[in-house]
Amino acid sequence: MLSYIVRRVLYAVPIAVGVTLLVFALLHMAPGDPVNAVAGPDAPADVVEALRRAYGFDKPLPYQYLLYLGRVVGGDLGVSVATGRAVAGELAQAFANTLVLALGAAVVGFVAGIALGGVAGWHKGTVVDHLATVVSLIGVSVPHYWLGMVMVILMAVELNWLPAMGMASGDAPLFGLEQVRHMLLPVLTMAVIPTGIVARSVRAAVGETLEREFVQALKAKGMRRGAVMRHVVRNVSPTIIAVLGLQFGYLLGGSILIETVFSWPGTGFLLNEAIFKRDLPVLQGIILMLALFFVLLNLVVDVAQAALDPRMRRT
Amino acid sequence: MDTTALPRIPPDQVKVSRSPGYWATVGRRILADRVTLVCLVLLATIALAAVFADVLAPLDPLKTSMAKRLRPIGTPGFPLGTDELGRDILSRLLYGGRMSLLMGSWPVANALVIGGTLGIVAGFFGGRLNMVIMRTVDVFYAFPSVLLAVAISGALGSGMKNAIVALTIVFVPPLVRIAETVTTQVRNLDFVEAARASGAGSPTIIRVHLLPNVMGAIVVYASGLFSVSIILASGLSFLGLGVEPPQAEWGLMLNTLRQAIYVQPWVAILPGMMIFVTSICCNLASDGLRAAMEIKQ
Repeated sequence: MLSYIVRRVLYAVPIAVGVTLLVFALLHMAPGDPVNAVAGPDAPADVVEALRRAYGFDKPLPYQYLLYLGRVVGGDLGVSVATGRAVAGELAQAFANTLVLALGAAVVGFVAGIALGGVAGWHKGTVVDHLATVVSLIGVSVPHYWLGMVMVILMAVELNWLPAMGMASGDAPLFGLEQVRHMLLPVLTMAVIPTGIVARSVRAAVGETLEREFVQALKAKGMRRGAVMRHVVRNVSPTIIAVLGLQFGYLLGGSILIETVFSWPGTGFLLNEAIFKRDLPVLQGIILMLALFFVLLNLVVDVAQAALDPRMRRT
Repeated sequence: MDTTALPRIPPDQVKVSRSPGYWATVGRRILADRVTLVCLVLLATIALAAVFADVLAPLDPLKTSMAKRLRPIGTPGFPLGTDELGRDILSRLLYGGRMSLLMGSWPVANALVIGGTLGIVAGFFGGRLNMVIMRTVDVFYAFPSVLLAVAISGALGSGMKNAIVALTIVFVPPLVRIAETVTTQVRNLDFVEAARASGAGSPTIIRVHLLPNVMGAIVVYASGLFSVSIILASGLSFLGLGVEPPQAEWGLMLNTLRQAIYVQPWVAILPGMMIFVTSICCNLASDGLRAAMEIKQ
């Protein structure tokens, strides 16, 4: 097991380096002189020159990349062009807000998806099975930014039950009623995609496992349903964990559209703002942080999978 | 045994019952699959409506009229109402379909060519080349697709061309992976070995023996990406990163109509409805195609 973890970590390192390389490249993809993207449109000439030297824009690209890597490793993500504050500081609060939203959506989506998919896989051909098929189709097909609008129209405009956007004001407690009321619409909207995908994966995994010979053998020797179910759960859990991990990553990374619809002050909202103000340091910082978190998440998922299923350790 | 006594049948009377070809079988299965058929017909209708938008649209999609802003569905002269600048929604939905479908299909087509080629090369030649290509692809997998699309088009700046570039980059990695997987499987089959033993070079083997056997799986997989691509493309426009105003595009229309949800909520959701219907049809049609071609995922 330990050797597997070491191998898996070693495999993640080049990927993380690749991520920094790609995020570094974003600055050079942008049209115009990169120093202007970092300095902002109306920086005085001496500041521009100082930045040019600090970022090494007069040096070859590999050197610039190493400088960038050095700063990132030291926790320096640059300075926001729009606000003049350190990117890392601005990111922290936004990331916390996104995490709250993504966790909420993950809990709702995973519970609903596992329940729906589990029942559907266990009872193929029933009403629940058909429901699961429809829900998964909707989950993969719905443009969730549109679904968010529909939810706002139904719950906020027509029925006036829930607030349409934003977070509760600063002094409201994080998980107080007011905050939960603000979270409900974005969380439910975001949960639709994982619900559908998890339901489909669980349904397929449970269905396949039930057809395996060992299940027949357990049933034939007269094992009770509950005990058979325990064996099935143990067998599908590695697959399901992988799906859940991936979906949680997608929730974090894909929240930009939902946060824009609901004006939720998280990373996605910040990212949207950064794009329109051409604030490339903030853009780079957010992408880097979310992508590295995703790499870490994949690492944790793989290790958890290997812990549950010894066969995985060999690959 | 004396065989001369057997009656001889003249060659032109020999009846050979030929088994139908693969594509005929696939076609027959699709025709028998009602759900897939309905989806294909719907998709064809949406596509034709977009192509012939200039014939079908009752009004100019760009003509604004401050006096006729935000009319409800069913207004005489504006069957689906008007938007925040008084433009006819029906005409804009028709023209918007052009942009949305174009932005949805172009990146997938690009990625099919680029990703398919890279994957086949990686799978066929293996070795170090395979490692370089596949490890590079792994890096792109470290980004959730929405994030990658937003990052690249955000850095490049708004505009339809940049959005298509960004989405192409999003779809290349999954196509490389699928193409590499199926190529590796086929490459190790006996008939490839036999072809090599009888002196065929790599280009011949790829063209004659490999491509016909891997293209089905790759194309079916790519067809499953259409719905994602349409949602993402419209999503980029929704964020203001794709098609630029005053052009009509479903995602962009949804964005500008967002401020109107308190005035005309049911008009405001129409463009999203089009994205949803198109995306559902793409998914179901792709599933039907996969089933008809008997390709396992």
